[in-house]
Formats: sequence, structure tokens, C-alpha cells
Amino acid sequence: MSILDTLLKNHPTSILDSYRFRGDQTAVIAPASLMPVVDSLASQDFHFLVDVTAVDWFGKTEHQTRFEVVYHWLNLGSQERLRVKVRLQENEYLPSLAIRFKTADWYEREVYDMFGIHFEGHPNLTRLLTWSDFPGHPLRKDFPLDGGDPFCMSDSTSPFTH
Amino acid sequence: MDSIAITKTQLDGDRMIINMGPSHPVTHGTLRIVLELQGEIITHATPEIGYLHRGVEKLGENLSYQQFIPLTDRLNYTSSMMNNVGYTMAVEKMLGISIPRRAEQIRILVSELARIADHIICLGINAVDIGAFTAFLYLFRQRETVYDLFEMAAGQRLHTSFTRVGGLFRDLPPEFIPLCEQFLKDAPKAIDELEKLLTKNPIWHDRTKGVGALSVEEAINWGYSGPCLRACGLAHDLRVKQPYLGYDQYEFDIPVGTSGDVFDRYLVRVEEMRQSLRIIRQVIKTLESGPIIIDDYKIALPPKEKVYTRMESLIHHFKLIMHGMEMPVGEVYSSTEAANGELGFYIVSDGGKNPYRIRVRPPCLPIFSSFETKVKGRLIADAVAELGSMNVIAGELDR
Amino acid sequence: MSELSLNDAVVTTRLDSVVNWARKNSLWPMPFGTACCAIEFMSVMASKYDMSRFGAEAMRFSPRQSDMMLVLGTVTNKMAPVLRTIYAQMAEPKWVISVGVCASSGGMYRTYATLQGIDRIIPVDVYVPGCPPRPESMIYGVIKLQEKIEKESLSMRKDHVRRFYESLDRQEQIQNDQGLTGQQTIQNMLRQAAKDKVASIF
Repeated sequence: MSILDTLLKNHPTSILDSYRFRGDQTAVIAPASLMPVVDSLASQDFHFLVDVTAVDWFGKTEHQTRFEVVYHWLNLGSQERLRVKVRLQENEYLPSLAIRFKTADWYEREVYDMFGIHFEGHPNLTRLLTWSDFPGHPLRKDFPLDGGDPFCMSDSTSPFTH
Repeated sequence: MDSIAITKTQLDGDRMIINMGPSHPVTHGTLRIVLELQGEIITHATPEIGYLHRGVEKLGENLSYQQFIPLTDRLNYTSSMMNNVGYTMAVEKMLGISIPRRAEQIRILVSELARIADHIICLGINAVDIGAFTAFLYLFRQRETVYDLFEMAAGQRLHTSFTRVGGLFRDLPPEFIPLCEQFLKDAPKAIDELEKLLTKNPIWHDRTKGVGALSVEEAINWGYSGPCLRACGLAHDLRVKQPYLGYDQYEFDIPVGTSGDVFDRYLVRVEEMRQSLRIIRQVIKTLESGPIIIDDYKIALPPKEKVYTRMESLIHHFKLIMHGMEMPVGEVYSSTEAANGELGFYIVSDGGKNPYRIRVRPPCLPIFSSFETKVKGRLIADAVAELGSMNVIAGELDR
Repeated sequence: MSELSLNDAVVTTRLDSVVNWARKNSLWPMPFGTACCAIEFMSVMASKYDMSRFGAEAMRFSPRQSDMMLVLGTVTNKMAPVLRTIYAQMAEPKWVISVGVCASSGGMYRTYATLQGIDRIIPVDVYVPGCPPRPESMIYGVIKLQEKIEKESLSMRKDHVRRFYESLDRQEQIQNDQGLTGQQTIQNMLRQAAKDKVASIF
């Protein structure tokens, strides 16, 4: 029985959506059910949190929520992988996993830095890659690639053409 | 000046604050650590990263799938071949295609060469940091040979961009295999020389044994992978556990350590170089002939002769360059065993020419995030040994 | 006293050329290695290429002990104030070789995070193109710098450095007045420079 089936059986109401694509299993959940699902995964030997990242669906009308925080898990025994996606509104908070998984500490800081998503209970939620008074969150879709840098406009080689 | 400020009260008493980096010989690129010392003992170490944050992920959203390949070179620039392979495998997974056997074999061949080159840099520089300069010079000659091989195959020494979606950029030239065989003869000697210099050297033992030891459970909790995880004692290697590119057809062992300290990591890396040589030997022996890229002009460019002579191929060429590949809507996570650990690429596609979101899972970010706990309570000299052994490559750490 | 009446042990020359002759043959390089080019620079210093053959052997990792900085690799906006500090700390006369396209122009990283050329924030003497440049190119860059030093005027070099120090004072003032980080100060200065239609902040 795959982990996705187990989750569907144990958490029939909290799994909003689930699908398989090219051998990857994905479960989509709401923020409130993150901790129960993590508990359930831990009981199934999913101890390796491989990655935490996010996707911004800004301006995509088919998505009701703006953000998706994406967790990748690995079961080191059976080598099975699972992707858990949490749908999140712009001002919603997500419980931090940094206490249980130390690796989540920097990953969540990076997501906070790049997307501006807050993690409740994080010991030190500060910017990781940019500096402390950096304006905006770079990986949001409404942040321009050049960041407003006049020397970095996408169609110019010098600032004088603008 | 920076976000980690040193206040006056922190300077009172016996405590001392030392700023390491971002421009410091042992920081291997660009990172900053603010060490708080009590005498020579580290009481706090606050790492700050992002000094090489170049916006690769954002840039990837604005480039087509093929155009992102050169950017993968510059993630872990000491072993760019492996990044090329990892990324193109992720795109191929998204497309649901398989590539010709010869292309797979050559990918394994260059990946293992890159692994040796990466470990040479890691071990050589770690030894230089600790004070053993000779090992670096002995090893670097072999790295130059790997550069020559890469240059022969891809035309560039460091940034190879050798793979393409669906196969490879071009076939190996005829001179490649003879030079590679020469390398297979020379490299073991250089590795033996390295071991003679370091493995039984009492100073090396004093500086590395017990430094940064970690249990397997802790290492998993920190998200360790690659040689650093194996040094803790867990035989987790994606080449064996989740075989890709047909790694399961070759015989090789996974070296594991016991304590996870700097010395164990050194031993694991040395043995991994030997195992990589073993794989290369087998690949050369079984190298099949055949095409090196798939025969689908909606994914791979048609050969140049056809573009110049046939209208249809010209159209394919134009379409592929201007409109890109037809990507399905969906998302994939594909990971490979890079020299540092699990290198993952998470790609979200909305069916457009460019990826909607491209995420690189850097192997050294979780490893480096454990730096503070590992050096706390230890001497400042141990921090130097530990940092070199973690093999933090700023290009993939900050992206 | 005519030159002819002096014996063979004395040579007359201009001060500039004798000082420059000494300077060009005793460069003290400091590698400011940030990215890929630094890996290639290891090759330059290692046995096969060996830069010591060209009078730039004594590598120093401290800016206080060096007068030629090789900027090897991408300089990001986060790194920009650090680069300026290090340039200021370097012994005079300060020479800078910008190695690789990232340092020279931002290269392939035309993004919010990358500084579009270090010559926006510090004076640069020689640019070495390539991504990364081959070791031969880096050595060629050093030779080119030596040629440049041979011809340069001492007073102009002093002016150059003075202008930089003035901009550093300006940066410090803005930083303290507005309570910004060094990174954000340089960002604001760059924006102001673009408004004033000048290409650099020094």
C-alpha cells in the first residue's frame, strides 16, 4: 500500500486533492491539517524531510489560494517519496516544522525570504539569502526579475537608454 | 553594516567576537560566520549566507527549459557535469521520455569523472585549510586531466553544459577514451599518494578525529545526504537505492563511516573516488555505440546538416528555438546523487515555454545549517576543519 | 651638470617610469574569490599554469598586504559593500582586475540579486572576459595590467583613489543618516547614479 493510499485512508477529510504524475505522489492539504499529516507520516517512517519550498500562483484564476508550500519527504527504508502541498492564502500562517525537523529551519527561512510566507513557532524567522531591509520577496510572481535596478533592465545594456 | 550587528555589551568581559568572512581564505567562496569565543572555545557561531545569491531560480522562470542548462553549470561549479545530468533528467522525467543507452552511459562516465574532480577540490582544500598544502598539489594534477577530458567532450573546462534534454550535446571525440584510460592508470596512484600523506599522519588525526561527529538519527534530522551522511554510518546512496541511468548495471560499493567526523568523511570521499574509477572502468568496457540524443525533433534539435538541407528540419529547428518544447502540465521532483549529496530539481510546468517554477534542492544547504551545533563548545581551529569538510559550495548554497 | 659627465653607474629617468617599473614587477595579488572563476584561479596558481612566472606570486588573503585585487566571480548586491570595504583596505596603489563576465558586467545573471558590473562601485583596471576565463586569459590579464602600470601616471592614480574614498564617506553618511544596511545604501546610491545619468557611484 502506497503512502498516498495510507494517508487517504487515515485522513479522508484533510486531503483536499491527491494525484500521481510520472511516479511522483502528491497530497494536497489545508494548513490546519499539516501537523496531523506530519504525525501520520512520522509513524510511517517518513523521517527525512528532503525539501521545503513554495510556488506562487499569482494571477492564476484556476487557483483559489495564492501560495502552495511544498514539502518533499523520503522514507529511507522503502525509498518511497511523497510530496505534500499546503494551500495557503496570502496572509495565512503555517505551523513551523523547525522544532521537529532541524533541516526545516533554514528552508522555512528561505521560503519566508523568497515568498514572504510566515511560519508560526519558528525560532528565528529572518531573511536567509537577501539582506534584512531588502524590499519585497523576490520569488513572488509580482516581483520584477530586475528588482527595479536601473542598471539591470531587461532590454537595455546601459541605464542611459531609459 | 550587515544584519548581524556586534553590540558593545557583547564585547565586554572575556568574550570575543570574531568575524569570519565573507572574504576569508577558508570560507570557500562567500559566506560569513560570526564566532563568539570564550578564550579559544566557540560559544556561538552564527552563519550568514546569501553572498552569492544570484537569483537563479527567478531567472529560470524567465528562461526556456533548454536555456536553463548553462545556469546549472554554475550551481556546484566544481562538478558541473553532475548538475547538467541532474537537471536534464528532471526535464526528461517531466516529458516522460527515455534516452538512448549510449547517452546514459556517457552521462554516467562524465558524472563519475566530475565526482572525482569535486572530491579532489574538497579534500585538497580541506587539507590546505588545516595546513597540509602538499596533498592539494598532488591531487590537482589529476583534476587538470579531468579538465582536459571535459574540454575534449564539451569544449569548456569548467562550465560544460554537456547534456541536452533527450541526450547529449555531442558524442565523445575519439581521443577521449585513450586519455580516460590514461587517467584511470594515473588517478589511483595520486589517491595512494594522498593516503600516504594523510591517512596515517598523526597531525591529520589530531586535527580531524572527533571533529563534527554526528549520529545517523541526528544527521537525518538535519537533512544530511551524500558523503556526510554516509560518514555517519548510513549506506544511503541514490545511485544504489533509487538507481537512475542504469547505475544498477555496474558493480560498486558504498563506503560508510562510523562516527561522521571530519576524518570519516575524508575516508569516505577517498574511497568514493576509487569506486568512481571502478565505475568508469566498467562503463568504458561496456560502452555501446549508437545515437547520443533521441530522434524526436520536437524535443532535440535536428542535426545541422539536415537543417541546412531540408525544409522540414529547418522548421523544427525554428519551432524548437522560438517556441520551446511542448511540456505537459504538472510537476516533478527528480534527484540524483551529486558529489555533495542529493541534488534535486523540482519543476512546476504550466504547459508554457518556460518552467513556471524551478527549484533547486541544494545538498549543502541543510548540511551547512547544522554548522553552529557542530562547532559549539569546540576550538576555533575545529571550525576551519569542519567547514572545509562540509564542502560548502556557495553557488548551490545560495543559488 | 650634463648627463655625459656622469659615469655609467648612474641612469637618469623620470620618477614615474622607475616607480612603475618596480611596481609592475612586484604585484601582490589578493584573490577576492566568490564563485566559479575562483576555482579556475586555483589552476592558475597550481603547478600546470603557475602565475609566479609573471611576477605576481606572493598571494595574500588579506587586503592589507596586497595591492592588486583579482575579483573572481559574481559579486552580488549583498556582497557589494564588502567589496568596497576590501578595496578601501587594500594598500595603495590599488589595482583591480575584474575576472569573468559576472564581475565585469553581471554576465548571465541579469537579476535583482546581482551587481551589474563591479565597475559601478569600484574602479577597475583590466577586464578579463570569459565564463570562466581560461587560466591563460587570467595570466594575460595580469600581463596587460603590467603594461598598463608601465605607462600610468602616479598623480592620476592618486586622484582615482581619492575619488573612491570620497564616495565611501558619502556612503557612510547615507548609511548612518537613514539607518540602512550597507547593501541597501549601495542600492539607493546606484539608483541615484542612474537618475544623474552616471554609470558608477564613485
